[in-house]
Amino acid sequence: MKNTIISIENLTKRYGDKEVLKGVNLNVEAGTIFALLGENGAGKTTTVKILSTLIRADNGVAKIGGIDVNKKPREVKKIISLTGQYASVDELLTGKENMEMMGKLYHLSNREIRTSVNSLLNQFDLISAAKKQVKDYSGGMRRKLDLAISLLSQPKVLFLDEPTTGLDPRSRLSMWKSIQELAKNGVTIFLTTQYLDEADKLADKIAVIDGGMIVEEGTADELKSIVGEDTLGFTFKNEQLTTAAMKLIGGEEGDTPYECVLTSEESVELLRETLNVLHQNMIEVEKVNIRKPTLDDVFMHTTKRSEEK
Amino acid sequence: MMRYWVMDSWTMTQRQVKHLFRNLDSLFISIALPVMMMLLFVYVFGGAIETGMDYVNFVVPSVIVMCVGQTCVFPATGIAEDKTKGIFDRLRSMPIHSSTLLIGQVNGNIIRNIVSTSLVMGVAMLIGFRPSAGLIEWIAILSILLLLVVSLSWLSIIFGLMASSVEVASSVSMIFLFLPYLSDGFVPVDTMPSVLKSIARHQPFTPLINALRALMLGLPIENNLWLTVSWFVPILFISMAFASTMVKGIKK
Repeated sequence: MKNTIISIENLTKRYGDKEVLKGVNLNVEAGTIFALLGENGAGKTTTVKILSTLIRADNGVAKIGGIDVNKKPREVKKIISLTGQYASVDELLTGKENMEMMGKLYHLSNREIRTSVNSLLNQFDLISAAKKQVKDYSGGMRRKLDLAISLLSQPKVLFLDEPTTGLDPRSRLSMWKSIQELAKNGVTIFLTTQYLDEADKLADKIAVIDGGMIVEEGTADELKSIVGEDTLGFTFKNEQLTTAAMKLIGGEEGDTPYECVLTSEESVELLRETLNVLHQNMIEVEKVNIRKPTLDDVFMHTTKRSEEK
Repeated sequence: MMRYWVMDSWTMTQRQVKHLFRNLDSLFISIALPVMMMLLFVYVFGGAIETGMDYVNFVVPSVIVMCVGQTCVFPATGIAEDKTKGIFDRLRSMPIHSSTLLIGQVNGNIIRNIVSTSLVMGVAMLIGFRPSAGLIEWIAILSILLLLVVSLSWLSIIFGLMASSVEVASSVSMIFLFLPYLSDGFVPVDTMPSVLKSIARHQPFTPLINALRALMLGLPIENNLWLTVSWFVPILFISMAFASTMVKGIKK
């Protein structure tokens, strides 16, 4: 039996006429990174808010570490941390003061505060900015500080609501690195994102949410296999060579001129065979292009399917 | 449990004090308006208004009340800012009592008012304000001002909790700034048209300003002290109860 830390059963939530969640079911294993992937308005933030006790679900049961978030929110609050959609740090305080304040609110002893603030500032590369007011921080630094604050209480589960939205590429990469390191230390991470590459890169398991329902669930590879196989594109110098090659290797015409496209699940094997055949027949290949299905394909595929329903 | 509540309230108060002294511009803006009004009334309009006493002595109590009104917009905007920036959500996801967030705002505002009221009072003295209050009267004056600050702060917090943005929250200042004008504060109520007169006679700021003025200048206080208390104590407790319930149930 695997160790489930977050379990959600048939969660629903409605704001007025709008049904935001229409029965969400999810399970997250302890110590993994779980990504909830969806467009704006799909129900990601609402799910996180229910799990982090900020709002109550209309129906359904959500448990964290076996504790019902609706019945014992105070107990749940002790084992979770929430990093909201915006870096929720105090701009007028310095980075260090922000952390010390939160440490006090978590009722840590002065000694605990001193040591963990220092080691977290270090871990997130914020030591040199520790005494600056947060209003002078860059977006990336704010997010890092926010994340560092979340770790003060040594939570079992960390909720990250769109942790890299609005960050520049470099900060994004360093944020990803930090998140991966956290997971190595055994924290369960529940993140929401609208970026497929983010889910692909970080998550052990991904659920695609659309219109308040989970439309697909699995590892990145499992999701990709839903859309299909890898494609191999071979581009040749001219029409003549292309026709000759297609007689030998089959395939279809590609989108670009003089391209021949093959599909396969064993793309490496096929590539070697094809290149061998072409080489033996003295047909020179100008360019080879291997395209794996991306989560974008999955996303378009699954959300389109749920629209059709 | 109680110990944590006190500790958390203290932590949140410290935060507000840091805000206060790192955001001095906004503190000075909130002092500048009442001071300018005071100078305007004393030097420009004062000569034309017949109050039966030195106009500066007449107007200072209402200027102080206006100054308190002006600074009491900060709890509303502070709460609204924490709400829109996500700090509120983060704090609410932590195992702390949500009312401590509000207590921090109220305590911070008391300290802010000590600073601003002292400064306004200082300027008033410079332009000739001469109060005749003794020790007991000053204790009464400060108690009334404290009651005013605390009750307006809680009222202000309700606006902050309801508002969808900082701008909307700041509109609470309309009430706090407008009502003192509709009182005995700047011109005697008797000079107003009859409709306004009856509004002015029956609103909380009129007995408040009259009580302050009586205490500061040694005039007969009549029933103004009791009227003030019976207005502001209920305002305080109702706002407090309302705000504490609201903060628990915020949905978005």
